[in-house]
Parts: sequence; C-alpha cells; structure tokens
Amino acid sequence: MASLFEYAPAPESRSVVDIAPSYGLFIDGEFTEAADGKVFKTVSPSSEEVLAEIAQAGAADVERAVKAARRAFEKWSALPGSERAKYLFRIARIIQERSRELAVLETLDNGKPIRETRDADLPLVAAHFFYYAGWADKLDHAGYGANPRPLGVAGQIIPWNFPLLMLAWKIAPALATGNTVVLKPAETTPLSALFFADICRQAGLPKGVVNILTGYGDAGAALVEHPDVNKVAFTGSTAVGKRIARTVAGTDKKVTLELGGKGANIVFDDAPIDQAVEGIVTGIFFNQGQVCCAGSRLLVQESIHDELLDSLKRRLSSLRLGDPLDKNTDIGAINSAEQLARITALAETGEAEGAERWSPECELPSAGYWFAPTLFTNVTQAHTVARDEIFGPVLSVLTFRTPDEAVAKANNSQYGLSAGIWTEKGSRILAVAGKLRAGVVWANTFNKFDPTSPFGGYKESGFGREGGRHGLEGYLDV
Amino acid sequence: MSESSSTRLSVFKTYKLYVGGKFPRSESGRVYEVTAKTSSGGKGKWLANAPLSSRKDARDAVVAARKAFGGWSGATAYNRGQILYRVAEMLEGRREQFVREVGEAEGLSKSKAAAVVDAAIDRWVWYAGWTDKIGQLVGGANPVAGPYLNLSTPEPTGVVTVVAPQDSSFLGLVSVIAPVIATGNTAVVIASEKSPLPALSLGEVLATSDLPGGVVNILSGKAAEMGPHLASHQDVNAIDLAGAGAELAKELEIAAADNLKRVLRPQPVDDWTADPGTARMTPFLETKTVWHPTGSLGAGGSSY
Repeated sequence: MASLFEYAPAPESRSVVDIAPSYGLFIDGEFTEAADGKVFKTVSPSSEEVLAEIAQAGAADVERAVKAARRAFEKWSALPGSERAKYLFRIARIIQERSRELAVLETLDNGKPIRETRDADLPLVAAHFFYYAGWADKLDHAGYGANPRPLGVAGQIIPWNFPLLMLAWKIAPALATGNTVVLKPAETTPLSALFFADICRQAGLPKGVVNILTGYGDAGAALVEHPDVNKVAFTGSTAVGKRIARTVAGTDKKVTLELGGKGANIVFDDAPIDQAVEGIVTGIFFNQGQVCCAGSRLLVQESIHDELLDSLKRRLSSLRLGDPLDKNTDIGAINSAEQLARITALAETGEAEGAERWSPECELPSAGYWFAPTLFTNVTQAHTVARDEIFGPVLSVLTFRTPDEAVAKANNSQYGLSAGIWTEKGSRILAVAGKLRAGVVWANTFNKFDPTSPFGGYKESGFGREGGRHGLEGYLDV
Repeated sequence: MSESSSTRLSVFKTYKLYVGGKFPRSESGRVYEVTAKTSSGGKGKWLANAPLSSRKDARDAVVAARKAFGGWSGATAYNRGQILYRVAEMLEGRREQFVREVGEAEGLSKSKAAAVVDAAIDRWVWYAGWTDKIGQLVGGANPVAGPYLNLSTPEPTGVVTVVAPQDSSFLGLVSVIAPVIATGNTAVVIASEKSPLPALSLGEVLATSDLPGGVVNILSGKAAEMGPHLASHQDVNAIDLAGAGAELAKELEIAAADNLKRVLRPQPVDDWTADPGTARMTPFLETKTVWHPTGSLGAGGSSY
C-alpha cells in the first residue's frame, strides 16, 4: 500500500545490544566450549547476516551439564523458598532493566518485529519470572499438600518462535519449586538464552542451577534420555513430542509437552466485523503465524463470509512486511530457510488440492526468509491446509451455518490447543467454549497470554499446563 | 422340605462381559477357567468360565465408551454424584454376594472379605461426593492483567483404558474405576486376569444403578493381549496402567505415545484402604482456560 501512506523508516537502534563474535555453552556458571569443539552459526533471518558463532553441545556436554545441575540441586532445593524467591525477583528486575537490549537481540536472532518483542515477548518474560518468584515461598499453599518436593534436574527443550518467553515459561516455575535446570534452546535462536545466562550471573544465581546447552536435536535427545534427568519439559512439534513420550516410557521421568495446534477462530454473524478482523490478523499473523496456538483455521458463519473476507483482505493489504527492527513493521521474517521451505511446500499443496490462494500485493526483501501473508478460501476439512499445522502466515478459511456445525468443525482435528470465538452474545461464548476440545479459548480476542493463566493442550497438542498455579504441578513430586 | 432343599442343585451364573450397558459373551467365543484362591494362595476349586475377551471385544468397548462420553461428561456433577452414590446403595444390597466372590477370588476369610467389600462400598460414597467438588479444587479464576474473566475449568479427557489391579480384584478395581468416571470420563476396564469375577459382577451392579450404558465397560481376559490394542487405539484418550507389570506397562506406554494418551504409570499400592486423595482423578482431567471479555470502565472511555 505504498500509494496512500509512505512511512519513513523508523528502525530501532542496534547499538543497544552488543553481540560477541562467539559464545560457549553455559555449564556450572561458566561459559565453555563444547567438548568436541564443534560450533555452528546463528544468522539473522531477515538479512542472513551471521550474528555469532555458537558452541554446539554433544552428549559429553549434556553429561557435564546434568552433573552440574545435580550438584547444584542439593543446596538449591534446600534453600528457604523465600531466598529462591529473591533470586527470581532479581532476575525479573534485571530482565526489565535490560528489556530494550533483549528485545533488539531477539528480533535480530528470530526475525520477529521489534513491536512484538518490545510489547509482548519481553514484558511477558519479566512478568513470568515475577509471578513464579512469588510462589517459591508459598508452595505449601498451592494445593499440592504440605511441603511439596521438587523433582530434581529438569531437562528443558524450547522452540525458536518465542525463544526468551519459552525459556521463562520453563525456567521460572522450575527454579521456584527448587529444581535445577539444563535448558536447550533451538539451534536457530540461541542468543537470548545465552544472554539470560549472563543475567543469571548478574543476579548471583548459584553455579549449576541454570545450565544452557546450545545445539541441535541430538543434544536434546541426549538430554531426554539422560538417566539422571528427573523431568522433561518440551515445547515443539507433535512428532518430536511423541518421540519423547516413547523415550521416557517405563521411567520415572515426569513429562510435560506443549506441542502443535491448528486453532479454530470462529466468527459468528453477530460479531463486530472490524474487531473480529483485527483478532483474525492477531490470531494468524502475530509472529508470522509461527505460533503453536495460532488461529490458523478461520471458521466464519456463512452469512457474513463475503463481508468479512472483503474487510480482511483490505486489512491484510495494509500490513507492513519488512525490516523487523523497524517499529512500523507488522510482519517480520520467517525464522529459517527450513521453515520457509515447509511453509512454501504446504501452501503449494493447498493450491494443488484446489483451495483458492490469495495474498496482498507485497514486495518481499531480496535477502532473508520471507513469506507474504496468505489466505486460502474454498477450503474443506479434508484439505491439507485445514488439517496440518503450517506454522506460518497462512490462514485457511472455512464456513459454517450453525453453532453445532462450528463446534464440530473446530473439534475435527488431532490437535486441541487453542480456539477463538467472536460474538456479542456472552452466553454463546460460554456455551461454545464449553464444547470446544481445546486448552485455551479466547473470546473476542486472540493470542493473549498471562503468567497467571494456565496454557496447554488437549489431544495431540500435548499434556500438562504452563502458567498459573497449575504450572507448578509439572515440577513438583505430586 | 429340608431334605429336598439339601439335594437341590444350585444354579450357576454365566459370567459375561459388560459392554455398552449389555452383557455379551466374548465375540471370540473363548472362555478361560477361573479358580478360587486358597488361603495359602494356591489354586482352589473351579468357579466359572470367564469370557476370554478379544481385540474385537476391546474395540467394541471403546466404541461404547465413546458413544457414552458426550452424555456422561455433559451430565451435571450433581447427577454424576447421585449415580455414584446409587452404585454404593446397590452394592450394599448385594454385599453377601460380593463377600463370597471376593473371598474366593482373593483367598480371604469371610470377615476379611467383608472388610474389603465394605471399603469398596465406602469408596463409591467417597467419589460420589467428589464429583461436584473437584472442579472448585483444581479450577478457578485467574487474575490476569487485563479486562478478562480468565477461568480455568477441569474437563474429562475422554475414554480411559483402565488396566485394573491384579491382586486387589474388587477394592482395587473400584478404586481405579470410580475416580475415572467421577470426573466425567468413560472407561474400558480390563479386569484382574486371575480374579475377574468380582469385576464382572460389578457390571451387574452398575447396570442397575442408573449409570448410562457404556460409561463403564468391563472386559475379562489377558491384559497382555488386549492392552496393546487399547494403548494404541486412536479413539482412547488415556490409560491407567495400575495393573500392568513393569514390562507390559513400558510396552503400553510406548504404544500410548501414538496419539499422546495421558498415561498414569503403575505405582505400588500397599494398602488400598488408605485415603486415595485426588491423585487418581487429576491425571484424567484436562484444564480448559477461557478468556471472557469483561469490558472496562476507565479514563479511555467506557466499553462494556
């Protein structure tokens, strides 16, 4: 939409963050090279610029890190909860102090718009640590009996879509309950976790309580398999989640899995169209749709289909795609070449199967990984784009006539993570929400998160909840 | 009269499965011999030929359980509580029968068997009272930073396969079935392999307790034969491995990963009479969190 309004570039300054040329693993309070000396590069997905060289953990490093976490566990779990709380409060405050730096860093390494890292990721990260800090000395009152005990060493594997936020969701409740942690960030977004290691140093966190292993899936698998790991927490794909569930079978390891989704966003004919359009955009184009709880299936009541689609297309035409550091940018880069290839292939499948594809006119930058916001209409429930998680800025539009049909279509999925309901009628919100088999249901909003609010899925979207009082259970021996 | 009654031949009961509210034989036509356990733990007299359920029986049971799920999970918690209490009432009336069956099944004296049956009846009463309380215990409103009523509510996960305890053929059985259905799930139960008769008789009690058909389905036979099919079944949501040995439990947990079933691993239970707490209910509950707008009144103008 260059025609109507030209915006001058408004980039956030990169100078606020100082990225070193290389980083080691963070084990037992020290940065260290991988045992076999392997490294990999992390690039900025919006420019393909190499940001830093990162140590690549292998099985020997997993061994070292688990040992360090085990050594640290005895003292950490024996600390009064009020002392653990203060460490977490310190971490929360340091994150707030350094949030500009971390937002820029995350945008550089992940490719998501600065507007999102600044206004969503970072405030939620700090809030999450602040929230669980308060639980550390109140566990007796959490509803799990008196003096609930931690599990031990938690092996945590997080994805690349919300690197620091997923770290917070994993580490904050683990530490509050007295566990120690070995965390593996995704290979395409290792930097914010390594900066978090530095925050642990600033906070004076005892050595070995948090260990960060950057690397690939093999390191994650070694962590899951390690006999001295008591807890496995994973956020990522359903396929890997199933592999983890098989690996831990027959052990005592406690597992929480937060996996894929194919969220239905249901718009009833009485919904305020403009508000719903904003919600649909937030639902599927927030973070380029690389969100497990994305509202990737739009279920729109037949009578308002045309009107809604016209508004939606108009709105998509005004989205600004480009430099993620620009404060006016709505749509940033896809996280990796691999993910871009996956989105591209699934979108092609959608076309090949006969769904109608539409994107606004949209110039894609020449370097980096980009995918224009995309709609599919004339989609049936049998279409791949209505069934598979695409994890990209691709929305499939289906229609329904009655609330029962909407519910049946929404529930027709192997997944059950999220759903949205748009209607002016409060009783309809609650009636439909009650019938949806999904862990999180947003009414007249979408993709809202809060540390007090439990998050997690039904069916093949995983099990266990993160956030709120519920989020403590996965880290306690109860 | 006393002479003629002393020569009267008793009427044996044909023990049958309990599936979808009906009492079918195994579709396979197979049975296996069930014998009493002597007080020394040895093999006692012949008791009955129990159905040796097949994979098809197990699949039929899943279909029945799925069909019953909507109604049962949609029933009010109060209604479910009333029905569970009704089970206790019906059992109380059949107490003598179960004392005999449990005594034979587990090699217990009459007084010990009576204590087990009484504990099982009381367990139904315990869980009857839980149906409308667990929601307040594990759910509630969350104080999110925004104009939303953020409400977390527990919901039943769906169809649960229950591998019932092998040794505690009745109290153990009741202790694993009742929590599953109290919360609104439906169950496919594999009874104790050696001692299935109390479980099959429980089916007759459930059938007369206003429990809708299909909410509980009871199969006798081999856990090792039916278990893998139920553990990998795509329309089963969870599995309780209470009565599976370590090796079978691992095999079933691996199979259960195919559709990410919720798995309750076997835990040693020394004393089934102990206070069960909530630990057998929560593994089969999902937490649904709904963000409902509240509107807000403030300086930015009103919107409500």
